[in-house]
Amino acid sequence: MGETLVEMDGISKDFPGVHALADCRFELRSGEVHALVGENGAGKSTLMKILAGVYHRDAGQIRIKGEPVEIDSPRAAQNLGISIIHQELNLMPHLTVAQNIFIGREPRANPSFILDEDELNAQARALFETMHLALDPRVRVGRLAVAQQQMVEIAKALSFDSNVLIMDEPTAALTDTEIRELFRIIRRFREQGAGVIHISHRLEELKQISDRVTVMRDGRYIDTVRTDEAPIDRIISMMVGRTIFEATPEVPEHPDPEVLLEVRGLNRGRMVRDVSFKVRRGEIVGFAGLVGAGRTEVARAVFAADRPESGEILVRGRGRRITTPNDAVRYGIGYLSEDRKRYGLALALDVETNIVLAAFRRFVGFLGMVRAGMTRATAVAQVKHLAIKTPSLRQKARNLSGGTQQKLVVAKWLTAETEILFFDEPTRGIDVGAKSEIYRLLNDLAHEGKAIIMISSELPEILRMSHRIIVMCEGRITGELTAAEATQERIMAYATQRQAIAA
Amino acid sequence: MAFSLGRFGRPGALVRSDAIQRFLAFGALILIIVFFSIASPEFRQFDNAIGILIATAVVGVLALGETFVIITAGIDLSIGTVMTLSAVMTGVVVTNLGMPLPVGILAGIGTGGVVGLGNGLLVARLKLPPFIATLGTLNVARGLALVISGLAPIYFTSSPEFNNAFMGSLLGSIIPGFDIPNIVLVMFGAAIVAALVLGKTILGRYTYALGSNEEAARLSGVNVDAWKAGVYALGGLFAGLGGVMIAARVNSAQPSLGFGYELEAISAVVIGGTSLSGGEGSILGTVIGAFIISTLTNGLRIMSVPQEWQTVVTGVVVIFAVYLDILRRREQL
Repeated sequence: MGETLVEMDGISKDFPGVHALADCRFELRSGEVHALVGENGAGKSTLMKILAGVYHRDAGQIRIKGEPVEIDSPRAAQNLGISIIHQELNLMPHLTVAQNIFIGREPRANPSFILDEDELNAQARALFETMHLALDPRVRVGRLAVAQQQMVEIAKALSFDSNVLIMDEPTAALTDTEIRELFRIIRRFREQGAGVIHISHRLEELKQISDRVTVMRDGRYIDTVRTDEAPIDRIISMMVGRTIFEATPEVPEHPDPEVLLEVRGLNRGRMVRDVSFKVRRGEIVGFAGLVGAGRTEVARAVFAADRPESGEILVRGRGRRITTPNDAVRYGIGYLSEDRKRYGLALALDVETNIVLAAFRRFVGFLGMVRAGMTRATAVAQVKHLAIKTPSLRQKARNLSGGTQQKLVVAKWLTAETEILFFDEPTRGIDVGAKSEIYRLLNDLAHEGKAIIMISSELPEILRMSHRIIVMCEGRITGELTAAEATQERIMAYATQRQAIAA
Repeated sequence: MAFSLGRFGRPGALVRSDAIQRFLAFGALILIIVFFSIASPEFRQFDNAIGILIATAVVGVLALGETFVIITAGIDLSIGTVMTLSAVMTGVVVTNLGMPLPVGILAGIGTGGVVGLGNGLLVARLKLPPFIATLGTLNVARGLALVISGLAPIYFTSSPEFNNAFMGSLLGSIIPGFDIPNIVLVMFGAAIVAALVLGKTILGRYTYALGSNEEAARLSGVNVDAWKAGVYALGGLFAGLGGVMIAARVNSAQPSLGFGYELEAISAVVIGGTSLSGGEGSILGTVIGAFIISTLTNGLRIMSVPQEWQTVVTGVVVIFAVYLDILRRREQL
C-alpha cells in the first residue's frame, strides 16, 4: 500500500436530536480497497457524505495527501479527486447516459453557453471503452435496468479522474456476474494507485475485494483491521458489540397440508410465463433466481398490482377473481415490497396509523369517526407481538431503522388479517443484527399458520429459511427443490437454465 | 469482456415519449383545421388565418417561458399578470415619461425578467412551493399594475409607431398580399430562440435535469438554486415580451387585462406534451398546443358557438391532454 490519500480525524456530526458521529476517524491509502462496515445507523454513510461534501462536519479535520482541506460542497470534493456513488441511485431518468455522466461539466462549444453534444457522446464512448462497457451513450437512463443504471453511476464516478472512490452499497442491486465485473473494475482502479472506500452489508464480499476493514458502531470508530487477518465472525462481533452466531433455525418437517394459495398458469408479458405453484399453511416457500428472473413480477401479478393476462388463483381451494390489490387483501393476501419506503409505509405518519392503515375500515365507527381506543389497542398489541422497537406509537415511520420499518409493514398486514404473505427481499438494506430478527419473525409467522412466499436474491438466506424452493429464470419456473435437496449449486443451475436448454 | 448493457442501446430507445404526444398534438391540429375548413367557408379565409396567428402570438410567447418552468416540475401562475405589469411599465415609460420607444420595450421585458427572478428566488432560495409563490406574485403584479397605471388604461397616442411596429407587416411589404403582421414573426422568432436555449444550451440541459431529478443534479455539483432562479427569470422575460406585444396590439396598456392568460398558456404547454411532473417537454409541442387552443376557439366562434361553450371545449381538451400524458407514462412503467 502506498501513500496516505485521506485522513479523517476527530470527525463529529450532530443532526437535530441525534449524535450521528462522535470522534470518528478513517484513513485511506493509495492502492487499497478499504471496506467500511457497521450496522444501519452506525454512521458509515454520514461519514462518507462528509468526505464527499454533502454534509458539513461539526468538528474534526480532513487531510488529503497530508494537506488540511475544507470540503464544503460536492463540487469541492470532486475538485479534490473524491467521487462518491450514493446508496440511492442519483440519476436523471429523462437525460441520456452521457448527459448524466457529465452533468455539471458538459463540454461546451463556442460561445461557451452552447453545449457540444457530439463531444459529450464521444467522451462517454471513450470512457466506456476503458471500462469495457458496451453501452450507447445516447440512451435515456430511464430505459435502463437498475443494474445498468448502477453501471452508469460507476462510470460517472470513474469519469472524474478521481483517486478516491467511495461506493455506498454498490452491489445491492447487482447480479453475481455484474458484481464480478464491478470488482474487476475496482481492482484495475486500485492498480492505478487510487483508493476505494467500499461500504457494504455483504460481508463475504469484503473478503473478496478489500484490503482493510474499518468497523463503526453507533456513530463511533471501533477498529481498523487487515481483511486477511480478520475472520468474518470477528468483524460481525465488532459490528454488533457482542459475539453472535447465526444459528440455523430448525425448519419444521411437515407443514400443515392445507393449501392456502394455489396459482395456475399465470401469465403476464415476458416476465411471468405459465407460472403455477402452491403454498401450504405454515410453509415458507423461497423464490430464488437472478435479478430480473420475474419473481417480483409474479408476486405483483398475484396481488393484482399488475393485472395478469391469464391464470387462475385459488385461495383456500376456491377460485378467486382478483383484479385489484384491494381484492387481494380481502382474500387475505399481503405483499411486502422490497422498497418499503416507497410502497410499504406512510413515512410521514406514526406507528399506530401505519399499523391500522390497511384495515382502516374496521376501525371506523359512528359518523365515520376513527375509534381511537381500538386503533391504539391494536397497535399496542402488534408492537408487543412483533417486538417493534419504537419509543412510542406516535413515532413517525420515517425515523425508524430499516429492520423496525420492516416489522411495521408486517404488523400492518397482520392487522389486515392476511394469511398469505409475499415478502420481497425482506432483508435488503437491513443490518446483520436485525436480519436474524426478521428471520425469526418469518419463522414465527409460519408457526402461527401463515403461508409465506419469500423472494430473495441471497442464496444463503433462501437455503436457510425455506421449506421449499422454487427457482425462476426468464419468467418461468425452472425448478423446485425441497429444503433437504437444495444446495447453492443446484439452485444456480436452475436459475441459469435458459429456455433453449430447458426445453 | 463487456457488460450485457449493449442490448438496451438500440436506436428505438432514443425516441422520446414526449415526441409521441407532439405527433398526436400535431395530428389533432391538422384535424381541427380540416374540420373547420370543411364546416365553414369563413374559416378558410386568409384573413381568418391571420386572425388565428395574431390570437396565438401573445399566449404563445407566454407559453414558451412556461414550458421551461414546467419542465423543471414547477409552475408559474403569475405570467398573465406579469404580462400586464410589463405592458403598464412600457406605457408609463413611453407615454407618461415620454422616453423613446425602445427604452419602453426594454423596460417592459426587463420588468418581466425582474419579477420572474423574484419568483425564482422565492422558489429556489426560500423553498416556497412554486404554486404558492407564483400565486402570490400573480396578485402582487396585478395590484402593482393597477397602482402604477392609476387604475386607468395608458394609451400610446404619442407614439403610433409602436402599434405599427408590431401590427404592420414587414412580410406584406416584401411579398404583396402576404400580410402577416410582425407580431406573429416575433412569436416565431421567440420560439426559435426558446427552442435553441432549451435544446442547445447549458440552461436548457439543467432545465431538464432539475425536472428529472433535482437531488441528483445537486449532488453532481450543479448549482441547482441558481439555475432554477434562472429558469423562472427566463419565464418572466417571456412574460415581459408578451406584455409589450399585447400593449402594441391593443395600442394601450390595460391594467385589468391579463388575468387568465396564464391558464391558457399552461394549457398550451400541457397539450403540447410537456409533462407536469417534469423532465420532458418541447418548444415545438408548446407552439402546436398554443395553435390548437386558438384555432379551436376561433373555429367555434365562427360556427357561432357561444363563448362560454368555447371555454368548456378548451377545458375538455386540456383534461384530455393530461390524461394522454398519464396514459403514456403508465405504459412506460
